[in-house]
Amino acid sequence: MAALKIKKGSTSHSAYNLRPNFSDEVETHTLAVLVDNEPGVLARVIGLFSGRGYNIESLTVAEVDHTGHLSRITVVTTGTPQVIEQIKAQLGRIVPVHAVHDLTVEGASVERELALFKVAGTGEKRVEALRLADIFRANAVDSTLESFVFELTGTPSKIDAFADLMRPLGLIEVARTGVAALSRGAE
Amino acid sequence: MTRQMTGAKMVVQALKDQGVDTVFGYPGGAVLPIYDEIFQQNDIRHILVRHEQGAVHAAEGYARSTGKVGVALVTSGPGATNAVTGLTDALLDSIPILVLTGQVPTFMIGSDAFQEADTVGITRPCTKHNWLAKDTDTLAETLHQAFHVAQSGRPGPVLVDIPKDVQFANGTYTAPEKSDTSIYAPETKGDITAINELVEALEKAERPVFYTGGGVINSGPKASKLLRELVDATGIPITSTLMGLGAYPASGENWLGMLGMHGLYEANMAMHDCDLMINIGARFDDRITGLISAFSPGSKKVHIDIDPSSINKVIPADIPIVGDVESVLTDILKVWKARGRTVNREAIAKWQSQISDWRKVECLKYVQEGKTIKPQYALERLEALTKDHDRYITTEVGQHQMWAAQYLGFEDPNRWMTSGGLGTMGYGTPASIGAQVAHPDSLVINVAGEASWLMNMQEMGTAVQFRLPVKQFILNNERLGMVRQWQELLHGERYSHSWSEALPDFVKLAEAFGAKGILCSDPDDLDDAIMEMINYDGPVIFDCLVEKHENCFPMIPSGKPHNEMLLGEASTQGVIQAGGAVMV
Ligand SMILES: Cc1ncc(C[n+]2csc(CCOP(=O)(O)OP(=O)(O)O)c2C)c(N)n1
Ligand SMILES: [Mg+2]
Repeated sequence: MAALKIKKGSTSHSAYNLRPNFSDEVETHTLAVLVDNEPGVLARVIGLFSGRGYNIESLTVAEVDHTGHLSRITVVTTGTPQVIEQIKAQLGRIVPVHAVHDLTVEGASVERELALFKVAGTGEKRVEALRLADIFRANAVDSTLESFVFELTGTPSKIDAFADLMRPLGLIEVARTGVAALSRGAE
Repeated sequence: MTRQMTGAKMVVQALKDQGVDTVFGYPGGAVLPIYDEIFQQNDIRHILVRHEQGAVHAAEGYARSTGKVGVALVTSGPGATNAVTGLTDALLDSIPILVLTGQVPTFMIGSDAFQEADTVGITRPCTKHNWLAKDTDTLAETLHQAFHVAQSGRPGPVLVDIPKDVQFANGTYTAPEKSDTSIYAPETKGDITAINELVEALEKAERPVFYTGGGVINSGPKASKLLRELVDATGIPITSTLMGLGAYPASGENWLGMLGMHGLYEANMAMHDCDLMINIGARFDDRITGLISAFSPGSKKVHIDIDPSSINKVIPADIPIVGDVESVLTDILKVWKARGRTVNREAIAKWQSQISDWRKVECLKYVQEGKTIKPQYALERLEALTKDHDRYITTEVGQHQMWAAQYLGFEDPNRWMTSGGLGTMGYGTPASIGAQVAHPDSLVINVAGEASWLMNMQEMGTAVQFRLPVKQFILNNERLGMVRQWQELLHGERYSHSWSEALPDFVKLAEAFGAKGILCSDPDDLDDAIMEMINYDGPVIFDCLVEKHENCFPMIPSGKPHNEMLLGEASTQGVIQAGGAVMV
């Protein structure tokens, strides 16, 4: 894979993006942070959130460009518009951060999360679990006579909904990856 | 030409190639190869401090007084942890320094080896950026990148942690110009539309004020020059934060004095009542704003800062401009001149007469009577007797620091070094050493409190060893004066642990170090004693016994707006109310 073309070190945007919006309403934003894949970079990002008291709802990270040594961190965070602006500006200050994209405001985006559910049970409950899994297009990736492991991909709310349904049917463990997100369209 | 050399030699080579002439340091096992290289050359001078905190503050003093990157070299483990306060200090005040730390060899990292500490982990939140150099071949490039990051954009401290095996191993040296510095390229040019908008606002403003900060000084001497040109051409009054003193001269016509918690009445009133506030390189720190909801309620606010995260962090900006002060001021002047150099002269004249009325309050007035030296008087005399010297001032933290900011006048940038953001007691002595090393023939004075001074007094040994004639001017009130003041105002005069019962004899202490000690307790002797200090060719500890219970005024109590300043001893009891009491 060729190195992605991303302007290095640039964190500036038009000053007009900085016009304040100091509403008190707490919003949820999904941020895509492109970083050098080097030791400690995740600690820098997480340390920023804990050190300055920001929230992390979900966080995923993996290398996305092997040649360019770039990783993509997807963070879902909450805060007032002022706090969200601060989070983006503070992330932009970190030296190995190449770009910060706010997918929530930069047009439409798709968000997906993968989750694994272990559901144990027999008889009627087991049948019902399998039926619901089918409706949600979850795959059984492991099964014994008294358990299933389902794999489900979707938006976080779809995964929440499936977890709610599985709980009375014998849900004993969930593993979720956190959100991966991309903007829609060719850009 | 590729050049092979050991990692240790590369460190020295990289420093030379970056124009470094001085390193402040302290040796230990994990940096011995580097010390061995320092021993075998004469281009870089090594100043042996007495404590690693001293090395970092000295590097800060060097950096602030020269505008260059200050360099400190310390060993692993305790050497590195002792550097943490200095790094944090430099981070909060945006001072460009490079700290080099030794580390246990790479194959022992993670084994709890002798003097192993996770230096990169510990210093991650207190550096602008840091690196663990794992490979000799990339060490030189990392060092050059470190210099680049320290001094570009908003300056700050950086650290490179170098394992001992990396210092011993051979590798290829990369020259500065071959190093990839594109890893960090902050925007320096301000948005021209916003600059136009600012000029339009400036032309119309009736009660404008410049509020400037350390960013002007960090931007370089040219920025101060441009600022002076703009201020004097427009006739707009100017105030500054503690960090920005000297960017505009204290003798300048439009100078209001420092603003903020212990700022001048006229400066804070102008901030409160202005209709246009032009913030250049300051960050709306809580010592400046007071109660945020009542901060300058009627003004349009312009904020010029190189760091986008400073904008809208505390106070919303009506006209935000991200850029380097020098570049933005150049553009502002260009646009303003091209549009005909207009200001609302009539309104500004009225505004200035309002300011003159505020000046009549004489907020710095104090009474010197009897046989006890008032700290303000000591500083007024120090100012009178030293202002014509080629002078650099450092301070410790406390009342004396605020009085120094109020009563000393700074005519040029880079002449005033104080711990603003972190408020680090113990900063001043090593900082004075760093400034004196950079300016060997200048008069360098550390205005200190006795308690702060004791925190890094071991550095007198450094001053004596390297013949650095620093003057330690201690305003000795035998109190943690600033703490005592807060206890008086806020905690019902219950002076919990705010004095020391066993202060040393500072004159004997000076002599023990091989320096000169001077004691002064009588106002009538003060001038002669100060002259004796100035004229002594060597380090001096000046023990100036001052009034023990003097309070520092004016003062905006925490949680109050600018127009509710306390001006004097009258009615100071219980002035800080519940809301303000939780603040620092
Ligand atoms: C390292 C550190 N510890 C504690 C404080 C809190 N503090 C601020 S001012 C002060 C008293 C300083 O006393 P002194 O140096 O004698 O100065 P004075 O206020 O008496 O002029 C203290 C303890 C601090 N700023 N720094
Ligand atoms: Mg004191």
